[in-house]
Amino acid sequence: MDLMTNSYLMELALIVGKIMLVVGPLLIAVAYLTLAERRVIGFMQLRKGPNVVGPFGMFQPFADALKLMAKETILPAGANKVVFVLAPMLTFVLALVAWAVIPFGEGLVIADINVGILYLFAISSLGVYGVIMAGWASNSKYAFLGALRSAAQMVSYEVSMGLVIINVLICVGSLNLTAIVEAQRGMWFALPLLPMFFVFFISTLAETNRAPFDLPEGESELVAGYFVEYSSMSFALFFLGEYANMILMSGMTTVLFLGGWLPPFDIWPLNIVPGPIWFILKVMLLLFVFLWVRATTPRYRYDQLMRLGWKVFLPFSLIWVVLTSGFLLYTGNLPAAVAG
Amino acid sequence: MIEAAFFYLFAAVMLGAGLMVVVSRNPVFSVLFLILAFFNAAGLFVLIGAEFIAMLLVVVYVGAVAVLFLFVVMMLDINFAEMRAGFQKYLPLGLIVGGILVFELVAAIYGDAFSGATLPAMPEISNTRALGNELYTKYLYLFQIAGLILLVAMIGAISLTMRRRSGVRRQVISEQNMRRREDSVEVIDVPVGAAARTVHTVPPSKREG
Repeated sequence: MDLMTNSYLMELALIVGKIMLVVGPLLIAVAYLTLAERRVIGFMQLRKGPNVVGPFGMFQPFADALKLMAKETILPAGANKVVFVLAPMLTFVLALVAWAVIPFGEGLVIADINVGILYLFAISSLGVYGVIMAGWASNSKYAFLGALRSAAQMVSYEVSMGLVIINVLICVGSLNLTAIVEAQRGMWFALPLLPMFFVFFISTLAETNRAPFDLPEGESELVAGYFVEYSSMSFALFFLGEYANMILMSGMTTVLFLGGWLPPFDIWPLNIVPGPIWFILKVMLLLFVFLWVRATTPRYRYDQLMRLGWKVFLPFSLIWVVLTSGFLLYTGNLPAAVAG
Repeated sequence: MIEAAFFYLFAAVMLGAGLMVVVSRNPVFSVLFLILAFFNAAGLFVLIGAEFIAMLLVVVYVGAVAVLFLFVVMMLDINFAEMRAGFQKYLPLGLIVGGILVFELVAAIYGDAFSGATLPAMPEISNTRALGNELYTKYLYLFQIAGLILLVAMIGAISLTMRRRSGVRRQVISEQNMRRREDSVEVIDVPVGAAARTVHTVPPSKREG
């Protein structure tokens, strides 16, 4: 019995250690993503961006964090206190727990579960609760309108995301993320499924409420959308959650379409670079595109956003599912797990 | 041992959340507790090794259905006092229905309803594949019919709620994309002092003559 408890404790400690190894760097990445965003957009608009705190403004995120922590937490008088406090925590926790199944390299994953991609999809579809709860609990018109917009938007784009994921799954024959990456050893799915790659990436923009789909927080109409009433650390949690979600979605796109930790070509100088480095590079590339899109595109109108989701992406990805499966069936290239 | 502990945790939280769905005064809290109950049900599914069903439960019920519930409930203006007033009136009916359900459950557990149905031996293939094989081979027609029923329900709901109002200026995207610069903008070199009477206000393509 004593031995058993000990082995349980050892296992627990190991898992906690792994989680720390993922969450720690992730939070630092989130901090520097906020800096990168301001710097990149600054340069794109011929400004310098924050460059005063530390060399190249490197300490700016810490200064911001300190400022937010020192501020007063305000609970609006008419707010539903429990839900109001719970909402940012939920957003932040959901942005972190999804990382449990992301493979950073060969075998470098906290939980290599059978239904990894479904788990990711499930967790990302829960993100809408943080937004709705915040909007409702704030007892404010702006927050509520932002939350309603966001709920409709996130639910809409999930549908086409699901269909795009089905496209990839047909090619792989497994829901396991490691298997999905291994299946791309010959060719990344971004090439044969190029249109789906674009649809997926644009849907992730909508799913994370980023420009040009940032209507939930459209500052010109809704002040700041669902988090108008938040201040101090609860605001910071929303902020961290949003950026952690951006990184997560980039990671998901990398795993599904850009070959995860695999090098672009399996040749000498490229394949000695460790897998996690490739993974991080690809995620950074996608994150740069996130920022690039924000700096260069105007915000969509709400009816255009709904039209794009339901009338363009949904039928397009549905047709592509039929095409992909038809092509694989005709050429006899269906993965063994599906054909068997 | 740990599995048992998790089973009791999930089961207890689920029952508690289920109770709170019924008794909480605020309908928004009811929906939130419903979501908690769904979550714990998903946890129970994971414990018996049905991870595919567990994930589907979260994706479909929590990620989509409950969002719409919450959406509607949040916007309702409900008079709570009025709702409480009906409680006593419906209590006997509720008790009868609940009693019947409890009786059936007990009869099923202690009767021989479950005696033939044991958990199937765990196959080597993952339960996602096992489920797919069953659904798309053995129950293909039933599966398709279920899909058709859902489609009919969806189209019915849309056609019931859709109304075409006149006087709404909708954007036709194709027309919008067909618009060229020449249709909307005209550069006119107005001589100094020639006044605006020579300046056209109608775009060249729409102009008569």
